[in-house]
Amino acid sequence: MRITYPHMGNLYIVVRALLVSLGLEVVLLPQTSRRTVELGVRYSPEFACFPFKLNLGNYLEAHEKGADTILMAGGVGPCRFGYYAQVQQQILSDLGVNMEMVVLEPPDVSFQEVKDKIRYLIGTLSWWQVIKAIRFAWCKARAIDEVEGRLLYLRPRVEDPLRLEKLYREALQEIDGAGDRRTVQGVVVDYQQKTGKLKKQQKKPLRIGLVGEIFTVLEPFANYEMEKRLGLLGVEVNRSIWLSAWINEHLFGGLLRVKYECAHDKELASPYLNSFVGGHGVETVGCTVGFARRDYDGVIQLAPLTCMPEIVAHSVFPALAKDYDIPLLTFYLDEHSGEAGIQTRLEAFLDLAAARSRKKEEQMSGSVFRN
Amino acid sequence: MDLFLGIDVGSVSTNLVVIDPEGEMYLSPLYLRTQGQPIKAVQQGLSLLNERLTKKDRICGVGTTGSARALAGVLVGADLVKNEITSHAVAALHAVPGVQTVLEIGGQDSKIIIIKDGIVVDFAMNTVCAAGTGSFLDQQASRLNLSIEDFGDIALRATNPVRIAGRCTVFAESDMIHKQQMGYSLPDIVAGLCEALVRNYLNNIGKGLEIRPPVVFQGGVAANAGMREAFKKALQTEIIVPQHFDVMGAYGVALLARDHILEHGEKTQFRGFGVTNQQFQNSSFICQGCPNACEVIEIKQDESLLARWGDRCGRWTASKAETSA
Repeated sequence: MRITYPHMGNLYIVVRALLVSLGLEVVLLPQTSRRTVELGVRYSPEFACFPFKLNLGNYLEAHEKGADTILMAGGVGPCRFGYYAQVQQQILSDLGVNMEMVVLEPPDVSFQEVKDKIRYLIGTLSWWQVIKAIRFAWCKARAIDEVEGRLLYLRPRVEDPLRLEKLYREALQEIDGAGDRRTVQGVVVDYQQKTGKLKKQQKKPLRIGLVGEIFTVLEPFANYEMEKRLGLLGVEVNRSIWLSAWINEHLFGGLLRVKYECAHDKELASPYLNSFVGGHGVETVGCTVGFARRDYDGVIQLAPLTCMPEIVAHSVFPALAKDYDIPLLTFYLDEHSGEAGIQTRLEAFLDLAAARSRKKEEQMSGSVFRN
Repeated sequence: MDLFLGIDVGSVSTNLVVIDPEGEMYLSPLYLRTQGQPIKAVQQGLSLLNERLTKKDRICGVGTTGSARALAGVLVGADLVKNEITSHAVAALHAVPGVQTVLEIGGQDSKIIIIKDGIVVDFAMNTVCAAGTGSFLDQQASRLNLSIEDFGDIALRATNPVRIAGRCTVFAESDMIHKQQMGYSLPDIVAGLCEALVRNYLNNIGKGLEIRPPVVFQGGVAANAGMREAFKKALQTEIIVPQHFDVMGAYGVALLARDHILEHGEKTQFRGFGVTNQQFQNSSFICQGCPNACEVIEIKQDESLLARWGDRCGRWTASKAETSA
């Protein structure tokens, strides 16, 4: 069995650690590129969402590299993600691409089914080995979030963001290559020290929160490198979804404490959105409120074009923007999105957010004098 | 006199505006056609400007905006490169201080800007559809054998504007042809087209936004009386068209460049009017570094590299930074 799985940001590092520890032979995909898009778009329905197309491109590229099995997540609820795997499998078989697809449905829906699937993958390995593998992968997930978080914090602050970017890439590579937990932790410490030495500029950056559909938020290729664009425009970015928090919430039942948790923010979605609308619709609204309460200068929503849960979330934005007086911007993205338009809207949005923040500061200092 | 220059290089027109330190228009603005050659248009604009300036005039700051703002910024040595949304808002606020809504329709894009207490609070821009923009009107005018200058006035003669499907330019066009074949009068069709485009604009760009007066209408299309009338009818409010409606982007960025220079007390980066005589080469190549196959654009001046962009990873942009350092 030569197994592969689709890309979603840096998730490949975590999944690879898990699968390799389980003794599986992993075919690592090339990074998602324009070629991936071309392949995916060619064989996907035109109105399928962008992540679907990228997944399909990923599979075809993995097939070229000799993969014969795909590990894919499943889903339930109104989001179309729930039937990705089945439709993709059908397309692959129509194309005569012979790949087996193992679909892991969410464990909170059917634990037994997940257990059976894992047993199928690992053969005779003991459950203790599985737990060890999960712990190792979890350690990498946390390390990645740590490294990413620091990148987002430092990017608007350092004088040479390209150097920072290089250190970040190196750290990711080392985390990916690390064979034990101690090495992983060592990489993080080393990265923190190196980035700490970079020259900083004395400027207070704007703070912008990213919310939206998980794939579009986490995959730089799908969001036209939104984090980097913002960072280079001098913005500190935070996002609603982090790998470790997401794994904790969905696989560990939220038992662990992790750094970038937004499980509580989800509750803030009410009264704007009171029911489950599928995907990350509720999280989008809740986290937007969360960012507003933490006094962020603006929130950007990212979603694939035609994403129903995000459209529902978007529809309550006007009310939310009014109540919290916070600038909101939405990007629906797919392979047709124009980069020039994205950049122009982004720049204008930041001008708007900066003007608002200046005005707020003036009002604050004004009230101090009056008192 | 100390002057500030704003250059707006858009898809259709390239505009240059010179202002004095008070923000008043100095010289009449220049409105040139870009014709797909932004470098040439900027050079031509600068040389026309140079002829009109006197010996005592000095350019103390330059700003660029529009879709070719980065390119133009490199060419002239801009102190400030600003997106067109902010530039348009600044100009509108200067022309009509209490403005709350700015409707802007240019050659290929259209935008709406919502302003509250003198700051921009929301905006929207067309993303997938160019219906209602200048290019489309141009095209339809020539289809009807009208000059674009007459188009608006003909619309005003309509007695009973025809209803034309306006969701998509392609369908608008076929619907318009259909109405012609049915025998409707020309003014009614032209006015109907304007109304369809305004409906399209308000539904797509203005979606979810609160349009409050005073409403300013600017951009090249604001010259069109038919479009002004259609907006007035749809919004039930007075539509203000500022005097320099067609160069507001350039005006706004000139104001911003002035503020930037005066605030920071900096010396301008302006490369001077010699730019008009220099040879610039723009070329592109496809990077073979990874499957992204980015198209990298290079701007050279007399064989020395001025700038590079277009790469996702920053490899080429960075190499420029290293060579110039």
